Amino acid sequence: MSLPPDPRGFGVYVHWPFCRSKCPYCDFNSHVREKIEAEAWEHGLVVSLVRQKARFEAQGLGARRVSSIFFGGGTPSLMPPRLVGTIIDTIARLWPLETDAEITLEANPTSAEAENFAGYAAAGVNRLSIGVQALEVNALGFLGRTHDPDEARRAIALATQHFPRFSFDLIYARPGQSVAAWERELRQALDLAVGHLSLYQLTIEPGTAFYGAHARGDFALPDDALAGDLYEATQALLTTAGLPAYEISNHAKPGQESRHNLLYWRYGDYLGVGPGAHGRLTLEDGTPLGRKLATRAQKAPETWLASLDADNDGLTEVDAVAVPDRLTELTMMGLRLAEGVPLARYLRETGVRPDASLDATGLSRMIDGGFLTQTDTHLTATDAGRQRLNALLTQILPEDAPR
Amino acid sequence: MTALELIRNFSIIAHIDHGKSTLADRLIQACGGLTDREMKEQVLDSMDIERERGITIKAQTVRLQYKAADGITYTLNLMDTPGHVDFAYEVSRSLAACEGSLLVVDASQGVEAQTLANVYQALDAHHEIVPVLNKIDLPAAEPERIKIQIEDVIGIDASEAVMISAKTGLGIGDVLEALVKRLPAPKGDASAPLQALLVDSWYDAYLGVVILVRVREGILKTGAKIKLMSTGALHQVERVGAFTPKAVTMAELGPGEIGFITAGIKAVADCAVGDTITEEKRPAATALAGFKPSVPVVFCGLFPSDAAEFEHLRESLQKLRLNDASFQFEAESSTALGFGFRCGFLGLLHLEIIQERLEREFNLDLVTTAPSVVYKIVLTNGEAVELHNPADMPDVVRIDEIQEPWIKATIMVPDEHLGSILALCQERRGIQIDLTYAGNRAMAVYRLPLNEVVFDFYDRLKSVSRGYASFDYSLDGYETGDLVLLNILVNAEPVDALALIVHRTQADRRGRALCEKLKDLIPQQMFQIAIQAAIGGRIIARETVRAMRKDVLSKCYGGDISRKRKLLDKQKEGKKRMRQFGKVEIPQSAFLAALKTGPD
Repeated sequence: MSLPPDPRGFGVYVHWPFCRSKCPYCDFNSHVREKIEAEAWEHGLVVSLVRQKARFEAQGLGARRVSSIFFGGGTPSLMPPRLVGTIIDTIARLWPLETDAEITLEANPTSAEAENFAGYAAAGVNRLSIGVQALEVNALGFLGRTHDPDEARRAIALATQHFPRFSFDLIYARPGQSVAAWERELRQALDLAVGHLSLYQLTIEPGTAFYGAHARGDFALPDDALAGDLYEATQALLTTAGLPAYEISNHAKPGQESRHNLLYWRYGDYLGVGPGAHGRLTLEDGTPLGRKLATRAQKAPETWLASLDADNDGLTEVDAVAVPDRLTELTMMGLRLAEGVPLARYLRETGVRPDASLDATGLSRMIDGGFLTQTDTHLTATDAGRQRLNALLTQILPEDAPR
Repeated sequence: MTALELIRNFSIIAHIDHGKSTLADRLIQACGGLTDREMKEQVLDSMDIERERGITIKAQTVRLQYKAADGITYTLNLMDTPGHVDFAYEVSRSLAACEGSLLVVDASQGVEAQTLANVYQALDAHHEIVPVLNKIDLPAAEPERIKIQIEDVIGIDASEAVMISAKTGLGIGDVLEALVKRLPAPKGDASAPLQALLVDSWYDAYLGVVILVRVREGILKTGAKIKLMSTGALHQVERVGAFTPKAVTMAELGPGEIGFITAGIKAVADCAVGDTITEEKRPAATALAGFKPSVPVVFCGLFPSDAAEFEHLRESLQKLRLNDASFQFEAESSTALGFGFRCGFLGLLHLEIIQERLEREFNLDLVTTAPSVVYKIVLTNGEAVELHNPADMPDVVRIDEIQEPWIKATIMVPDEHLGSILALCQERRGIQIDLTYAGNRAMAVYRLPLNEVVFDFYDRLKSVSRGYASFDYSLDGYETGDLVLLNILVNAEPVDALALIVHRTQADRRGRALCEKLKDLIPQQMFQIAIQAAIGGRIIARETVRAMRKDVLSKCYGGDISRKRKLLDKQKEGKKRMRQFGKVEIPQSAFLAALKTGPD
């Protein structure tokens, strides 16, 4: 695999918290606002980057090179291209960018937003992630999307012109969706995809419009058996098509994986900027494992912006992550990947091999059951294990991690 | 000492939520028992569990001074009674201490089962009963309909029922007047030898054991040397008093009076409810009728979820027993659950209450096994053993016969539900003794094996009669039965906690039902789970919990890490309550739910 050799790259996540409308399934930090002062936001994001850098460098962040930038949201394709450019330039001024740094922006496929694609490419964005979500008009309506399938196709075509790499998302396991119908939709998607697809099963999250509707019985999700069938059908079809799953819901031709997202799953370091953005940073503190920080920015857009006026970096929580929690986080993120977790990463994050810290009974039971493999170099969830990762994790994570 | 004609002793009978506690509070308030500032909502039900479940576990009393319309001040003793058939004997002793009862009925809900069981007990105790219709201020109130219902169902005159709203205080004066005018004064002779009924006792951290008494004859004085007639134990009375509801010291209690004494007694176990207290120097010739030593009839195993908590459990059980002599415990060990205690209780509710108090007050995490009755096993060598635990069942080849306890049950039910009640009794191997009608109510008397009753009988009784059946029982000897040991196997490993002794004719049904129940209760896991019921080596039922197909978060990115980690930590917490069976871990809650609920 031609993945970046150093899993401990350094990424920057930029959160744009605004949307034209709120989708009923979405529990991300997104807000609908009449008017957005682009200049104030540009200033805020730049200031937050500069101050976070100063703060964490003073605490041992050390010299870093940025391997990826990700504009997420919200709807980042509502950002003026000039603003995107300023942010990229600011980041590049603060830290050297790797020559092949991946710069992704999430976009909606409405025609209005597609007009900005050229501008984003000019600003430095080299990968687009398009929120297509469905290729059927009724499904798009159910999901609260404002585009139609033709707009989505045009946006994809436009993306291929402007960006060397792009991906799009689909949501499946929708109410009433059969395996056959999903396979048809997936084949159409494969005709449009180039190197990467994100395929998510619909989940109902608290705080969304779907949460109440689902609780009221307005619609039902597929049961465990059908959800399993849909997932397995997806794996089979995508593997045949040459886009195997490199992560539970992400499929790519080898080499086309999202490097920024790999950073999360490999439990690397990233700085989070913008309302509600999270970060994970490993600081040099003289100890072998270093000090791991979890950061979170103010969630409400206006509060976040206002906090920057007062010499603040916009962060509301900066917590040390204890070693047992590093074990949990490394394992739960890393086992999502087909490549598994290198044993060296366990040593780096916890100081011991996984078989010394994970639940021995659970490990052997999961290995015997064909859900997990352990080699001299990696701990890896099998296809069957990844499909049942929640249960697998509760089996192997220690009951009472020593603190 | 108060003149007999100025005393009224009464209890309040009510269904849960019909307003017993609120009415009690209002009566205390109206008589100035507590100032408004001291008045805490629902003074009487002091334990958390009592408040939540609306069940009074320990009898409590309040002595009130009421100046009636006739200008005379009366002493009213309100006796709060335990409210469940498990405590039927304790209830009967509380009622025996009074001459009358207020029957509180919700003016929109009407008479319900719990009310009936208690009102019949009050009638047995020859109580004068004053019906009180509560919540008449609610729009749904139908006092006239409910009056007719009381007359139909209970067969007492409700034409002069008192209309109240305990919540607003409406009609409280009428209740007090009715107590004075309609209840008889107690009888007794102050010059006779002392005869006092031991109504209840509890352990107080400061005073030691406090005994609640009703004096029948004679005078109970501070300093007197008293004798407990069942044991002959002698004690010096240290303190005599009454609750107003604050504890107030008095010089003595005369005939008809209700109050408390302390006498340097160390353990509640030494103060049997229903015992007669007399004076050593001039003892009563006879004890009061109706005394019964308390005998546990239902047993189960209590195990700490965390083996390290065993000693803590032992200490907690010892502390609880200080205050409740009616349960027993002895150490036992289970292959699946480790070290724990086999405990004996008065009934299923009693079991639940003790379990809940252990979990709540002592912060214990417990596993409870299936309730079982006490079997007598006659071995082929002629030896007879008592079996408290199905897991201790000797090998069948060594058993000559197994005897099980029977009860005599009285069930009262509106006749439209009689058919289903008779069917239920029949299904549970009941033998009909008597069937009579009173108005539109039927009274069925049955002999039933107790092991059929500890298994979800109340729940079934309640559901088939829509809550209108009342049930009471007394033990009625042992009989030989065709009983077998039913084992439940999960992934071929027997769950000793689920082993049951059942009648052979019930084995298939119970085995199948337990397997089906467990199938629904055991969550899908990464491996398939086989659930089997077996008698000896013979499998009589099987169910399969299929392996889960999918259980994964669809999306998980940088922003989700903390939240998802916390979610996982919570799931890991749940692991503590898991029990290992082969490759799978079964949540304890699945077993508990299987034990608690019946099959139908």
